[in-house]
Amino acid sequence: MTEVEETLKRIQSHKGVIGTMVVNAEGIPIRTTLDNSTTVQYAGLLHQLTMKARSTIRDIDPQNDLTFLRIRSKKHEIMVAPDKEYLLIVIQNPCE
Amino acid sequence: MAPKPPRKQSVNMGKGARKRDEDSGTEVGEGADEWAVSKATVRPPDQLDLTDAELKEEFTRILTANNPHAPQNIVRYSFKEGMYKPIGFVNQLAVHFSQVGNLVPKDSDEGRRQHYRDELAAGSQESAKVVFSDAEILEEDEEPKEAEMEAGSQTDIPMAEVAEKVAEEELMSAKQPKERKLTNQFNFSDRASQTLNHPLRDRECQMEPPPRTNFSATANQWEIYDAYIEELKKQEKTKEKEKTKTPVAKKTGKMAMRKLTSMESQSDDITKVSQAAKIVERMVNQNTYDDVAQDFKYYEDAADEYRDQEGTLLPLWKFQNDKAKRLAVTALCWNPKYNDLFAVGHGSYDFMKQSRGMLLLYSLKNPSFPEYIFSSESGIMCLDIHVDHPYLVVVGHYDGNVAIYNLKKPQSQPSFRSSAKSGKHTDPVWQVKWQKDDMDHNLNFFSVSSDGRIVSWTLVKSELVHTDVIKLKVEGSTTEVPEGLQLHTVGCGTAFDFHKEIDYMFLVGTEEGKIYKCSKSYSSQFLDTYDAHNMAVDAVTWNRYHTKVFMSCSSDWTVKIWDHTIKTPMFIYDLNSAVGDVAWAPYSSTVFAAVTTDGKVHVFDLAINKYEAICNQPVVAKKKTKITHLEFNPIYPIIIVGDDRGHITCLKLSPNLRKMPKEKKGQEVQKGPAVEIAKLDRLLNLVREVKTKT
Repeated sequence: MTEVEETLKRIQSHKGVIGTMVVNAEGIPIRTTLDNSTTVQYAGLLHQLTMKARSTIRDIDPQNDLTFLRIRSKKHEIMVAPDKEYLLIVIQNPCE
Repeated sequence: MAPKPPRKQSVNMGKGARKRDEDSGTEVGEGADEWAVSKATVRPPDQLDLTDAELKEEFTRILTANNPHAPQNIVRYSFKEGMYKPIGFVNQLAVHFSQVGNLVPKDSDEGRRQHYRDELAAGSQESAKVVFSDAEILEEDEEPKEAEMEAGSQTDIPMAEVAEKVAEEELMSAKQPKERKLTNQFNFSDRASQTLNHPLRDRECQMEPPPRTNFSATANQWEIYDAYIEELKKQEKTKEKEKTKTPVAKKTGKMAMRKLTSMESQSDDITKVSQAAKIVERMVNQNTYDDVAQDFKYYEDAADEYRDQEGTLLPLWKFQNDKAKRLAVTALCWNPKYNDLFAVGHGSYDFMKQSRGMLLLYSLKNPSFPEYIFSSESGIMCLDIHVDHPYLVVVGHYDGNVAIYNLKKPQSQPSFRSSAKSGKHTDPVWQVKWQKDDMDHNLNFFSVSSDGRIVSWTLVKSELVHTDVIKLKVEGSTTEVPEGLQLHTVGCGTAFDFHKEIDYMFLVGTEEGKIYKCSKSYSSQFLDTYDAHNMAVDAVTWNRYHTKVFMSCSSDWTVKIWDHTIKTPMFIYDLNSAVGDVAWAPYSSTVFAAVTTDGKVHVFDLAINKYEAICNQPVVAKKKTKITHLEFNPIYPIIIVGDDRGHITCLKLSPNLRKMPKEKKGQEVQKGPAVEIAKLDRLLNLVREVKTKT
């Protein structure tokens, strides 16, 4: 358990990372480093998007599965790593 | 009556005139002419003045049956003749009055029906009359009887009853429509009564509704696929269980399973995110070191074209860990299976300052944190990763112990460890190398140490069993001593390498600077000895392509390349500083690199320049850091360099350093070990020729 916690800490303290959050299968955030309203917003929206992305991949080939999803925007990059039951979302500002 | 007719005529005329001119109201009155005695004819002012002759004229009046209003000349168009033709006969009938009557002829259907109905009605009436007459007779009969039996007041009622009964019976039997009794307020009155209506009440009862949950799911192609896969797994599991376990064991298995599931549900859910967390960490790092990753993948130094033959090393990532900061890098090894994973052994070369050791495994995908961390009490001096089992790492310690770490099991302690009992070395273990599995498929590795022993360790049933292969003896060092005190001075092995093809042959480098060619089967004698260096041999490596060539480096500032059949080296290079490590390049038989303690990396390509390095580059930031080890990546054109501060730098080889033999026009590009061997052979031949000449 501590290993995962450590990893999450490291991610959070990495250069450019704005926030991290862990969301469960129903779209409810379990852990977050951002404020509540932002978290809820991110969780709900990204959860749906991830489901859609995963569904797309698997529809094309059922043996395939989604590993991660990156959305790069002008301001920052949102990275989503889906798991069987959880979703890990990290928002980073890649310094360019 | 001549006089009268004219009078009459005139009277008639007058009458006729009256009749004709009905609206002339100048006459005196009706019927008054006969009573008028006056003889003088009164002439109305507007009567026609006619002459006598005209008066005598007779007018005949005929009564015909012609209708004066009927047209006399009706003309019809005849299609036959195509012209209008007068109709001969014109209807002269004049209808003065018409009325539709309701008289029906007796013989018609309607008439007969009515008649029949009337008869029936009449018949019933008659029968009723008959009944009533009978009833009267009955009444008369019964009266005396009943009068005798009962009081007179009651006679009426029974009579009436009887009459009614009879009437009813008659009526029912006749099947006739009843004579409707005309009801009026005098002979009929409504009598109504209402029963008590019970008030209606709603009676309801409700049970507790069954618990409901919303269930929604999608049936996609992949969900169906998942279900099938699960089913398959379950089936396989049950099959395995049936095969292996007994019924008793099954029960315990189930109990264990239950316990596991309950435990899992209780434990913190965050552990399941570990996989995702790892991926995200790598992603985050990739973002931060994006330019480095791009360089690693795609950057080729274009300036190399202009640099003649020299090449450069492009620094990529730097790996370091806080825990290993003070420890020097003592060993580097790439993982044979996962090309981005490498192992770093940390320890200390300083005899005085011996502390703990660490084994870290880094991945290029995550430069900020190692994938695996193991710490040990004694410094690690060497390590090796098994080719077939890339999760087994064997490690040699400064205190003489060897240990095997299993990466699959994330314990911090090694899976297997040697100890004083099991034959550990008495001096630091300088090199370990995995060998092929022995006859019984047991894992096997060799270790060399300063105590002069080369030991073969076998993992037999989770225990390390050691076998001394060779004891290094220093030749010619046994001075003449009384026999009881014969000291066998032992040479200290510092490096060794096994031949790529000839399994039993291997080279050992010693602290005295000699290299021995040994065989696994001969435990006391060496196959050959080379007087290689003046100081300790730091590394010995066989060429990956050419089976005869090997290379050695030493702290005496030299790197020497040998042909194992010849006792003198083929090439000698002086690098102006103690050489820590040498390595052949995996992609060419003529390229090798060396690291020195002054922080430089030297890359040589014998095919290009036999005498000088084609790359001579300081790599570390601070001048005082010494580079201790070097390793080429088997696939990517990168090298990792470890220094004594615990940092590992990854460098990319520029194209000049990786030159492949040029394609001759028209000829195919030959690739493969044969080419490399041939290349080196040519060089060696040149050298040999020179030597034989001299």
